[in-house]
Amino acid sequence: MGIGAVLTAIFAAAALVSLLWVPHDVTRLDVSQRLLAPSAAHPLGTDHFGRDMLSMLMEGARTSIAVALVAVGIGVAVGVPLGLWAAAKRGGWVDELIMRGNDLIFAFPSLVIAILITAVFGPSALNAILAIGIFNIPVFARVARGGALPLWTLDYVMAARVAGKGRARISAEHILPNIANLLIVQATIQFSLGILAEAALSYLGLGAQPPTASWGRMLADAQTMIYTEPQLAILPGLAIVGMVLGLNLLGDGLRDALDPRLRRRAL
Amino acid sequence: MLRAALSRALSLLLSLAVASLVIFLMLQAVPGDPAAFMLGLNAAPDTVAALRAELGLEGGLVARYLDWVGGMLAGDLGTSYTYRVPVAELVAERITVSGPLALYALALTVIIAVPVGLLAASRRGGPADWGVMGATQLGIAIPNFWFGMLLVLVFAVTLRWVPAGGFPGWSDPLAALRSLTLPAVALALPQASILARVLRSALLDTLDRDYIRTARAKGLSRRAVVIRHGLRNAAIPVLTILGLQLSFLIAGVVVIENVFFLPGLGRLIFQGITQRDLIVVQSVTMLLVFTVICVSFLVEIAYAAADPRLRA
Repeated sequence: MGIGAVLTAIFAAAALVSLLWVPHDVTRLDVSQRLLAPSAAHPLGTDHFGRDMLSMLMEGARTSIAVALVAVGIGVAVGVPLGLWAAAKRGGWVDELIMRGNDLIFAFPSLVIAILITAVFGPSALNAILAIGIFNIPVFARVARGGALPLWTLDYVMAARVAGKGRARISAEHILPNIANLLIVQATIQFSLGILAEAALSYLGLGAQPPTASWGRMLADAQTMIYTEPQLAILPGLAIVGMVLGLNLLGDGLRDALDPRLRRRAL
Repeated sequence: MLRAALSRALSLLLSLAVASLVIFLMLQAVPGDPAAFMLGLNAAPDTVAALRAELGLEGGLVARYLDWVGGMLAGDLGTSYTYRVPVAELVAERITVSGPLALYALALTVIIAVPVGLLAASRRGGPADWGVMGATQLGIAIPNFWFGMLLVLVFAVTLRWVPAGGFPGWSDPLAALRSLTLPAVALALPQASILARVLRSALLDTLDRDYIRTARAKGLSRRAVVIRHGLRNAAIPVLTILGLQLSFLIAGVVVIENVFFLPGLGRLIFQGITQRDLIVVQSVTMLLVFTVICVSFLVEIAYAAADPRLRA
């Protein structure tokens, strides 16, 4: 968990810093500075347009994190209320409808549909967010419902109902705080999946558009030069792996830390 | 039993109907008229109208939807705008690349994951277990298309063992398999990492059970217990994941075919998108979704075979 938190923090810091400052402006192309080896001025060298690789990677971190974070936000904002609602009306038609709809979205190959969405509505970071976010909704609905169902049978929920609280209020005041752990762990997992999905979409040219830097796009650009300039393909890939690995380790660690039952056999 | 089977079949049909509707409606939202797009800016209006009729773009939304679905049920996927040949012909040609690729990757996934998962579970807490857990954690974090590029760098550019991309066709099966090997490995590695972890934890769950202790007590060897009792009981979570993985593999094919320049269904969709050949995109996407939905249906049925408790 420690390693995961550190890795995640490094990339988050890089993304935050890039909002205010990057070593070099990546929108300015300077062909005379192209394909430079690492130096004091360019710690990771430059690409085929003379853009500073470190600056590109920092901005790429920002793009990836922004897309994945908002996509997770969509999943939480829509999915969690749906899941809570389904649990509150357990067995009713609302529950049935929500769960059936979830099964349906699960049945779709998400990346294919995401490709379709971004292709139809035009490639952009916003459409990538929507395409990834839609598939987060059923995940959070399922986790919220699964976590909420057993809570509805507990005494304190019964007490709240006797006290005259409605289902919505009980869900918000008593159920939600008690499933927060589950949701945080799931959010970490979806975050890392979002980073991978964003990388795949922007690799296909369907994510953030130039001049916005993105890791997937950098890989796509580097592919044609892989014979001569392999480092251009290696650095963005390492960034993706580092970020995803960090989030996965963090998620595993959080799950073990937040669930006392798992602490015993943590690995 | 019969009722359960019927309700499953009904939900399969419903899923397929909704899926086709979603895909159809989504492509209706595409701006621009494909007929006008194909003929260019200077086309005469009546030429455009004639082409629209030929492409089946006339008529109301409902009529066109029914036309499309009815055609697909009869094996007619429409006619490609750009190639001017039936989409079914294009699919039949391309599926000979994508189908074997997905199955090759699935086979590699299982071949890698099962021994690795077994090893980790039978050496719980030992160095082998730690090694497997670390390696699979890394495997999950690696995007398949980047792994594909790394494989090209090592095995095609540096070692020159295999071609960096392209597909020679099945006339020489050995050469065809060689050119599918790197893409299949790239697709399989992340999936094998996931599957190995699932198998390990499912096995550890079952190995804690009383009946395992009973089997050991009556004198069965550790290996026999793991294989005969452990694997069978770990099959359900493994099957669940395997079903999901086929869906990931099918989506992954779209990306990986672009890395290795393979003329498969993924590149067909992709070309359809860039050339605004919407009927190709629509029909091929539906075909992929159809495959995924049918596979999850089959996996559900496979559960019943693996777990007698679910048969009721």
